[in-house]
Amino acid sequence: MKSRHKRLALVAVGLVGLGVATTLVLRAFNSNLVFFFSPTQVAAKESPQGRSFRLGGLVEQGSLKRDDNGLTVHFVVTDTSVNIPVTFTGILPDLFREGQGVVAQGKLSPDGVFMADEVLAKHDEKYMPPEVADALEKAKDVNAQMSGTSLAKSGTEGKP
Amino acid sequence: MAINWYKFASPASFYPLAGRLVPWFWILAAVLIVIGLYLGFVVAPTDYKQGEAYRIMFIHVPAAWMSMFIYIVMAIYAGLALVLKTRLSTMMATALAPTGAMFTFVALWTGAFWGKPMWGAWWVWDARLTSELILLFLYIGYMSLYAAIDDPRRAARASGLLAIVGAVNVPIIYFSVKWWNTLHQGASISFGQAPTMAATMLAAMGIMALGFWMYTIAVVLMRVRCEILERERHSDWVQEMVSRGTYG
Repeated sequence: MKSRHKRLALVAVGLVGLGVATTLVLRAFNSNLVFFFSPTQVAAKESPQGRSFRLGGLVEQGSLKRDDNGLTVHFVVTDTSVNIPVTFTGILPDLFREGQGVVAQGKLSPDGVFMADEVLAKHDEKYMPPEVADALEKAKDVNAQMSGTSLAKSGTEGKP
Repeated sequence: MAINWYKFASPASFYPLAGRLVPWFWILAAVLIVIGLYLGFVVAPTDYKQGEAYRIMFIHVPAAWMSMFIYIVMAIYAGLALVLKTRLSTMMATALAPTGAMFTFVALWTGAFWGKPMWGAWWVWDARLTSELILLFLYIGYMSLYAAIDDPRRAARASGLLAIVGAVNVPIIYFSVKWWNTLHQGASISFGQAPTMAATMLAAMGIMALGFWMYTIAVVLMRVRCEILERERHSDWVQEMVSRGTYG
Protein backbone atom coordinates (compact mmCIF):
# COMPACT_ATOMS: atom_id res chain seq x y z
CA MET A 1 0.00 0.00 0.00
CA LYS A 2 1.48 3.25 -1.10
CA SER A 3 1.36 6.15 1.30
CA ARG A 4 -1.02 8.06 -0.93
CA HIS A 5 -3.44 5.14 -0.91
CA LYS A 6 -3.25 5.22 2.87
CA ARG A 7 -4.06 8.92 2.88
CA LEU A 8 -6.95 8.35 0.46
CA ALA A 9 -8.35 5.62 2.73
CA LEU A 10 -7.95 7.92 5.74
CA VAL A 11 -9.85 10.75 4.04
CA ALA A 12 -12.59 8.36 2.83
CA VAL A 13 -13.03 6.75 6.25
CA GLY A 14 -13.04 10.18 7.88
CA LEU A 15 -15.75 11.43 5.53
CA VAL A 16 -17.94 8.37 6.08
CA GLY A 17 -17.56 8.68 9.86
CA LEU A 18 -18.38 12.36 9.69
CA GLY A 19 -21.42 11.67 7.52
CA VAL A 20 -22.75 9.10 9.99
CA ALA A 21 -22.13 11.42 12.94
CA THR A 22 -23.91 14.30 11.22
CA THR A 23 -26.88 12.11 10.32
CA LEU A 24 -27.23 10.96 13.92
CA VAL A 25 -26.96 14.50 15.29
CA LEU A 26 -29.51 15.84 12.80
CA ARG A 27 -31.89 12.98 13.63
CA ALA A 28 -31.53 13.68 17.33
CA PHE A 29 -32.29 17.36 16.81
CA ASN A 30 -35.00 16.70 14.24
CA SER A 31 -37.81 18.29 16.25
CA ASN A 32 -35.74 21.43 16.87
CA LEU A 33 -34.97 21.93 13.20
CA VAL A 34 -38.53 22.35 11.97
CA PHE A 35 -39.54 25.91 11.23
CA PHE A 36 -43.21 25.49 12.06
CA PHE A 37 -45.74 23.02 13.44
CA SER A 38 -48.78 21.84 11.51
CA PRO A 39 -52.28 22.14 13.03
CA THR A 40 -52.32 18.33 13.47
CA GLN A 41 -49.10 18.49 15.51
CA VAL A 42 -50.54 21.33 17.58
CA ALA A 43 -53.73 19.36 18.22
CA ALA A 44 -51.59 16.40 19.31
CA LYS A 45 -49.72 18.76 21.69
CA GLU A 46 -46.39 18.17 19.93
CA SER A 47 -45.82 21.92 19.74
CA PRO A 48 -44.21 23.77 22.68
CA GLN A 49 -46.71 24.39 25.46
CA GLY A 50 -47.02 27.78 27.12
CA ARG A 51 -44.47 29.54 24.93
CA SER A 52 -44.28 31.08 21.50
CA PHE A 53 -43.98 28.86 18.43
CA ARG A 54 -44.77 28.97 14.72
CA LEU A 55 -47.89 27.51 13.18
CA GLY A 56 -47.88 26.67 9.46
CA GLY A 57 -50.56 25.58 7.04
CA LEU A 58 -53.04 26.87 4.51
CA VAL A 59 -55.41 29.77 5.08
CA GLU A 60 -58.84 28.20 4.79
CA GLN A 61 -61.01 29.49 1.95
CA GLY A 62 -63.60 32.00 3.13
CA SER A 63 -62.25 32.17 6.68
CA LEU A 64 -60.65 35.63 6.54
CA LYS A 65 -62.52 38.26 8.58
CA ARG A 66 -61.40 41.79 9.34
CA ASP A 67 -62.36 43.72 12.46
CA ASP A 68 -63.85 47.20 12.22
CA ASN A 69 -60.55 48.83 13.16
CA GLY A 70 -59.18 47.43 9.88
CA LEU A 71 -56.01 46.08 11.43
CA THR A 72 -57.06 42.99 13.34
CA VAL A 73 -57.74 39.94 11.18
CA HIS A 74 -59.14 36.53 11.98
CA PHE A 75 -58.53 33.51 9.80
CA VAL A 76 -58.31 29.73 10.07
CA VAL A 77 -55.12 27.79 9.42
CA THR A 78 -55.73 24.25 8.22
CA ASP A 79 -53.79 21.22 7.04
CA THR A 80 -57.09 19.83 5.72
CA SER A 81 -57.59 17.62 8.79
CA VAL A 82 -57.31 20.02 11.76
CA ASN A 83 -58.33 23.69 11.80
CA ILE A 84 -56.90 26.32 14.15
CA PRO A 85 -58.35 29.85 14.34
CA VAL A 86 -55.76 32.64 14.29
CA THR A 87 -56.02 36.28 15.36
CA PHE A 88 -53.46 38.82 14.21
CA THR A 89 -53.14 42.59 14.47
CA GLY A 90 -50.83 44.16 11.94
CA ILE A 91 -49.92 44.29 8.29
CA LEU A 92 -50.23 41.08 6.29
CA PRO A 93 -47.65 40.26 3.59
CA ASP A 94 -48.70 40.88 -0.02
CA LEU A 95 -48.80 37.20 -0.80
CA PHE A 96 -51.23 36.48 2.03
CA ARG A 97 -54.34 34.96 0.46
CA GLU A 98 -57.05 32.47 1.26
CA GLY A 99 -56.03 29.02 0.10
CA GLN A 100 -52.33 29.94 0.29
CA GLY A 101 -49.57 28.84 2.64
CA VAL A 102 -48.92 30.86 5.77
CA VAL A 103 -46.60 30.69 8.79
CA ALA A 104 -47.70 32.55 11.92
CA GLN A 105 -45.63 33.08 15.05
CA GLY A 106 -47.39 33.45 18.36
CA LYS A 107 -48.96 31.68 21.30
CA LEU A 108 -51.92 29.40 21.71
CA SER A 109 -54.44 30.94 24.08
CA PRO A 110 -56.31 28.64 26.53
CA ASP A 111 -59.48 28.83 24.42
CA GLY A 112 -57.64 27.35 21.42
CA VAL A 113 -57.18 30.56 19.42
CA PHE A 114 -53.66 31.17 18.11
CA MET A 115 -52.65 34.76 18.94
CA ALA A 116 -50.11 35.65 16.23
CA ASP A 117 -47.66 38.53 16.50
CA GLU A 118 -46.06 37.87 13.10
CA VAL A 119 -47.52 36.43 9.92
CA LEU A 120 -45.36 35.29 7.00
CA ALA A 121 -46.57 34.05 3.63
CA LYS A 122 -45.21 30.77 2.30
CA HIS A 123 -45.32 30.17 -1.43
CA ASP A 124 -44.71 26.95 -3.32
CA GLU A 125 -42.15 26.04 -5.97
CA LYS A 126 -44.53 26.42 -8.91
CA TYR A 127 -43.98 29.29 -11.32
CA MET A 128 -46.15 29.86 -14.38
CA PRO A 129 -47.77 32.64 -16.42
CA PRO A 130 -51.26 33.74 -15.26
CA GLU A 131 -52.91 32.33 -18.42
CA VAL A 132 -51.60 28.85 -17.65
CA ALA A 133 -52.76 29.16 -14.05
CA ASP A 134 -56.24 30.13 -15.30
CA ALA A 135 -56.31 27.23 -17.76
CA LEU A 136 -55.28 24.80 -14.99
CA GLU A 137 -57.97 26.21 -12.72
CA LYS A 138 -60.60 25.73 -15.44
CA ALA A 139 -59.40 22.20 -16.18
CA LYS A 140 -59.71 21.43 -12.48
CA ASP A 141 -63.32 22.66 -12.43
CA VAL A 142 -64.18 20.58 -15.50
CA ASN A 143 -62.52 17.54 -13.95
CA ALA A 144 -64.42 18.06 -10.73
CA GLN A 145 -67.70 18.18 -12.63
CA MET A 146 -66.85 15.09 -14.63
CA SER A 147 -65.80 13.04 -11.64
CA GLY A 148 -69.11 14.02 -10.06
CA THR A 149 -71.10 12.56 -12.95
CA SER A 150 -69.05 9.55 -13.93
CA LEU A 151 -67.12 6.89 -12.10
CA ALA A 152 -63.95 7.62 -14.04
CA LYS A 153 -61.53 9.33 -11.69
CA SER A 154 -59.26 11.79 -13.38
CA GLY A 155 -55.60 11.35 -12.65
CA THR A 156 -54.49 14.20 -14.84
CA GLU A 157 -54.97 17.01 -12.37
CA GLY A 158 -52.14 19.48 -12.34
CA LYS A 159 -50.68 18.29 -15.64
CA PRO A 160 -50.80 20.66 -18.58
CA MET B 1 -4.70 10.40 -28.76
CA ALA B 2 -3.47 9.89 -25.26
CA ILE B 3 -3.09 12.99 -23.17
CA ASN B 4 -0.81 12.94 -20.21
CA TRP B 5 -3.10 14.61 -17.70
CA TYR B 6 -0.44 14.66 -15.00
CA LYS B 7 1.43 17.13 -17.17
CA PHE B 8 -1.16 19.75 -16.33
CA ALA B 9 -0.80 19.10 -12.61
CA SER B 10 2.52 20.87 -12.89
CA PRO B 11 2.19 24.63 -12.40
CA ALA B 12 4.74 25.33 -15.14
CA SER B 13 2.60 23.71 -17.86
CA PHE B 14 -0.78 24.67 -16.37
CA TYR B 15 0.09 28.37 -16.26
CA PRO B 16 0.22 28.94 -20.06
CA LEU B 17 -2.75 26.62 -20.68
CA ALA B 18 -4.89 28.58 -18.22
CA GLY B 19 -3.78 31.80 -19.88
CA ARG B 20 -5.01 30.57 -23.25
CA LEU B 21 -8.36 29.40 -21.84
CA VAL B 22 -9.28 32.52 -19.82
CA PRO B 23 -10.48 34.75 -22.73
CA TRP B 24 -12.73 31.99 -24.11
CA PHE B 25 -14.43 31.50 -20.76
CA TRP B 26 -14.90 35.26 -20.39
CA ILE B 27 -16.59 35.42 -23.81
CA LEU B 28 -18.81 32.43 -23.01
CA ALA B 29 -19.73 33.94 -19.64
CA ALA B 30 -20.61 37.34 -21.11
CA VAL B 31 -22.71 35.89 -23.95
CA LEU B 32 -24.58 33.43 -21.71
CA ILE B 33 -25.29 35.97 -18.96
CA VAL B 34 -26.55 38.57 -21.45
CA ILE B 35 -28.86 36.00 -23.09
CA GLY B 36 -29.95 34.69 -19.68
CA LEU B 37 -30.75 38.15 -18.31
CA TYR B 38 -32.65 39.06 -21.48
CA LEU B 39 -34.70 35.85 -21.33
CA GLY B 40 -35.29 36.23 -17.61
CA PHE B 41 -36.17 39.89 -17.40
CA VAL B 42 -37.77 40.54 -20.81
CA VAL B 43 -39.00 37.32 -22.41
CA ALA B 44 -40.10 35.19 -19.44
CA PRO B 45 -43.77 35.63 -18.51
CA THR B 46 -45.05 37.27 -15.33
CA ASP B 47 -45.75 34.78 -12.55
CA TYR B 48 -49.41 34.09 -11.73
CA LYS B 49 -48.86 34.52 -8.01
CA GLN B 50 -45.76 36.61 -7.41
CA GLY B 51 -46.03 39.00 -10.35
CA GLU B 52 -42.70 40.48 -11.40
CA ALA B 53 -40.92 40.01 -8.08
CA TYR B 54 -40.18 36.35 -8.84
CA ARG B 55 -37.66 37.46 -11.50
CA ILE B 56 -34.98 37.82 -8.86
CA MET B 57 -34.77 34.03 -8.94
CA PHE B 58 -32.88 34.22 -12.24
CA ILE B 59 -29.97 35.50 -10.18
CA HIS B 60 -30.81 33.97 -6.81
CA VAL B 61 -31.12 30.33 -7.88
CA PRO B 62 -28.04 30.10 -10.16
CA ALA B 63 -25.99 31.89 -7.47
CA ALA B 64 -27.20 29.43 -4.82
CA TRP B 65 -26.42 26.47 -7.10
CA MET B 66 -22.94 27.80 -7.78
CA SER B 67 -22.30 28.43 -4.07
CA MET B 68 -22.90 24.74 -3.34
CA PHE B 69 -21.24 23.41 -6.50
CA ILE B 70 -18.09 25.48 -5.98
CA TYR B 71 -17.82 24.23 -2.41
CA ILE B 72 -17.92 20.61 -3.59
CA VAL B 73 -15.29 21.28 -6.26
CA MET B 74 -13.16 23.12 -3.68
CA ALA B 75 -13.45 20.21 -1.23
CA ILE B 76 -12.46 17.75 -3.97
CA TYR B 77 -9.37 19.82 -4.79
CA ALA B 78 -8.54 20.06 -1.09
CA GLY B 79 -8.92 16.27 -0.85
CA LEU B 80 -6.64 15.78 -3.87
CA ALA B 81 -4.09 18.05 -2.24
CA LEU B 82 -4.17 15.98 0.96
CA VAL B 83 -3.97 12.62 -0.83
CA LEU B 84 -1.66 13.32 -3.77
CA LYS B 85 0.25 16.27 -2.26
CA THR B 86 -0.04 18.17 -5.52
CA ARG B 87 0.68 21.86 -5.22
CA LEU B 88 -1.73 22.90 -7.94
CA SER B 89 -4.73 21.30 -6.18
CA THR B 90 -4.31 23.56 -3.17
CA MET B 91 -3.91 26.58 -5.43
CA MET B 92 -7.16 25.67 -7.22
CA ALA B 93 -8.98 25.21 -3.91
CA THR B 94 -7.82 28.58 -2.58
CA ALA B 95 -8.66 30.24 -5.91
CA LEU B 96 -12.21 28.86 -5.81
CA ALA B 97 -13.01 30.01 -2.28
CA PRO B 98 -13.52 33.79 -2.87
CA THR B 99 -15.85 33.19 -5.83
CA GLY B 100 -17.80 30.61 -3.84
CA ALA B 101 -18.11 33.04 -0.95
CA MET B 102 -19.28 35.75 -3.34
CA PHE B 103 -22.00 33.54 -4.83
CA THR B 104 -23.11 32.51 -1.33
CA PHE B 105 -23.37 36.16 -0.36
CA VAL B 106 -25.28 36.98 -3.56
CA ALA B 107 -27.68 34.09 -2.90
CA LEU B 108 -28.32 35.29 0.66
CA TRP B 109 -28.65 38.93 -0.36
CA THR B 110 -31.01 38.37 -3.29
CA GLY B 111 -32.89 35.92 -1.08
CA ALA B 112 -33.47 38.69 1.46
CA PHE B 113 -34.67 41.00 -1.32
CA TRP B 114 -37.05 38.31 -2.49
CA GLY B 115 -38.16 37.30 1.00
CA LYS B 116 -39.23 40.76 2.15
CA PRO B 117 -41.93 41.37 -0.49
CA MET B 118 -43.09 37.74 -0.77
CA TRP B 119 -42.81 36.20 2.70
CA GLY B 120 -42.88 39.44 4.66
CA ALA B 121 -39.43 38.97 6.22
CA TRP B 122 -35.84 39.73 5.18
CA TRP B 123 -34.54 36.78 7.14
CA VAL B 124 -35.89 33.80 9.04
CA TRP B 125 -33.95 31.11 10.87
CA ASP B 126 -35.29 28.19 8.91
CA ALA B 127 -33.12 25.21 7.97
CA ARG B 128 -32.43 26.31 4.38
CA LEU B 129 -31.40 29.89 5.16
CA THR B 130 -29.39 28.94 8.22
CA SER B 131 -27.41 26.19 6.46
CA GLU B 132 -26.64 28.56 3.57
CA LEU B 133 -25.37 31.12 6.07
CA ILE B 134 -23.15 28.40 7.58
CA LEU B 135 -21.78 27.82 4.07
CA LEU B 136 -20.72 31.47 3.93
CA PHE B 137 -18.98 31.08 7.30
CA LEU B 138 -17.24 27.93 6.03
CA TYR B 139 -15.88 29.79 3.01
CA ILE B 140 -14.70 32.68 5.19
CA GLY B 141 -13.24 30.25 7.73
CA TYR B 142 -11.39 28.36 5.00
CA MET B 143 -9.87 31.54 3.57
CA SER B 144 -8.96 32.91 7.00
CA LEU B 145 -7.37 29.66 8.16
CA TYR B 146 -5.31 29.41 4.98
CA ALA B 147 -4.17 33.02 5.31
CA ALA B 148 -3.41 32.70 9.03
CA ILE B 149 -0.70 30.04 8.64
CA ASP B 150 2.56 31.21 7.09
CA ASP B 151 3.97 27.88 5.99
CA PRO B 152 2.09 27.06 2.75
CA ARG B 153 2.21 23.28 3.35
CA ARG B 154 0.80 23.46 6.84
CA ALA B 155 -1.75 26.04 5.68
CA ALA B 156 -2.85 23.71 2.88
CA ARG B 157 -3.23 20.76 5.27
CA ALA B 158 -5.22 22.62 7.95
CA SER B 159 -7.51 24.52 5.57
CA GLY B 160 -7.92 21.46 3.34
CA LEU B 161 -9.21 19.47 6.27
CA LEU B 162 -11.70 22.24 7.09
CA ALA B 163 -12.88 22.31 3.45
CA ILE B 164 -13.48 18.54 3.45
CA VAL B 165 -15.25 18.51 6.82
CA GLY B 166 -17.45 21.42 5.73
CA ALA B 167 -18.60 19.50 2.64
CA VAL B 168 -21.07 17.72 4.94
CA ASN B 169 -23.06 20.96 4.98
CA VAL B 170 -23.79 20.95 1.23
CA PRO B 171 -26.24 18.02 1.17
CA ILE B 172 -27.85 19.52 4.28
CA ILE B 173 -28.48 22.77 2.38
CA TYR B 174 -29.77 20.94 -0.65
CA PHE B 175 -32.14 18.58 1.16
CA SER B 176 -33.11 20.93 4.02
CA VAL B 177 -36.38 21.85 2.29
CA LYS B 178 -37.22 18.15 1.99
CA TRP B 179 -36.13 16.89 5.41
CA TRP B 180 -37.70 19.59 7.54
CA ASN B 181 -40.57 21.97 7.04
CA THR B 182 -39.13 25.35 6.16
CA LEU B 183 -40.42 28.73 5.07
CA HIS B 184 -38.29 28.38 1.95
CA GLN B 185 -40.18 26.56 -0.80
CA GLY B 186 -39.03 23.22 -2.17
CA ALA B 187 -36.95 22.69 -5.28
CA SER B 188 -38.63 23.47 -8.61
CA ILE B 189 -36.04 21.44 -10.45
CA SER B 190 -34.94 18.10 -9.09
CA PHE B 191 -33.73 14.79 -10.42
CA GLY B 192 -36.40 12.46 -11.76
CA GLN B 193 -39.15 15.07 -11.66
CA ALA B 194 -40.64 17.41 -14.21
CA PRO B 195 -39.68 21.02 -13.41
CA THR B 196 -42.55 23.01 -11.93
CA MET B 197 -42.02 26.18 -13.92
CA ALA B 198 -42.76 27.51 -17.39
CA ALA B 199 -40.31 26.52 -20.14
CA THR B 200 -38.96 30.07 -20.76
CA MET B 201 -38.29 30.56 -17.05
CA LEU B 202 -36.46 27.24 -16.95
CA ALA B 203 -34.37 28.18 -20.00
CA ALA B 204 -33.45 31.57 -18.53
CA MET B 205 -32.41 29.98 -15.24
CA GLY B 206 -30.36 27.25 -16.93
CA ILE B 207 -28.55 29.72 -19.17
CA MET B 208 -27.82 32.02 -16.23
CA ALA B 209 -26.41 29.07 -14.30
CA LEU B 210 -24.17 28.14 -17.25
CA GLY B 211 -23.06 31.77 -17.53
CA PHE B 212 -22.18 31.91 -13.83
CA TRP B 213 -20.30 28.66 -14.23
CA MET B 214 -18.23 30.01 -17.13
CA TYR B 215 -17.59 33.22 -15.16
CA THR B 216 -16.36 31.11 -12.25
CA ILE B 217 -13.93 29.18 -14.45
CA ALA B 218 -12.59 32.38 -16.03
CA VAL B 219 -12.06 34.19 -12.76
CA VAL B 220 -10.64 31.13 -10.95
CA LEU B 221 -8.13 30.47 -13.74
CA MET B 222 -6.99 34.11 -13.54
CA ARG B 223 -6.66 33.86 -9.78
CA VAL B 224 -4.78 30.58 -9.94
CA ARG B 225 -2.33 32.10 -12.43
CA CYS B 226 -1.53 34.86 -9.97
CA GLU B 227 -1.17 32.27 -7.24
CA ILE B 228 1.22 30.18 -9.39
CA LEU B 229 3.40 33.20 -10.16
CA GLU B 230 3.55 34.18 -6.51
CA ARG B 231 4.38 30.70 -5.23
CA GLU B 232 6.82 29.78 -7.99
CA ARG B 233 8.51 33.15 -8.21
CA HIS B 234 11.89 31.64 -7.34
CA SER B 235 11.63 28.78 -9.82
CA ASP B 236 13.58 28.72 -13.06
CA TRP B 237 10.64 28.82 -15.43
CA VAL B 238 9.15 31.95 -13.83
CA GLN B 239 12.55 33.68 -13.76
CA GLU B 240 13.06 32.77 -17.40
CA MET B 241 9.62 34.01 -18.35
CA VAL B 242 10.16 37.31 -16.56
CA SER B 243 13.54 37.80 -18.21
CA ARG B 244 11.93 37.15 -21.60
CA GLY B 245 9.29 39.73 -20.73
CA THR B 246 6.35 37.48 -21.70
CA TYR B 247 3.62 36.36 -19.38
CA GLY B 248 1.75 34.01 -21.76
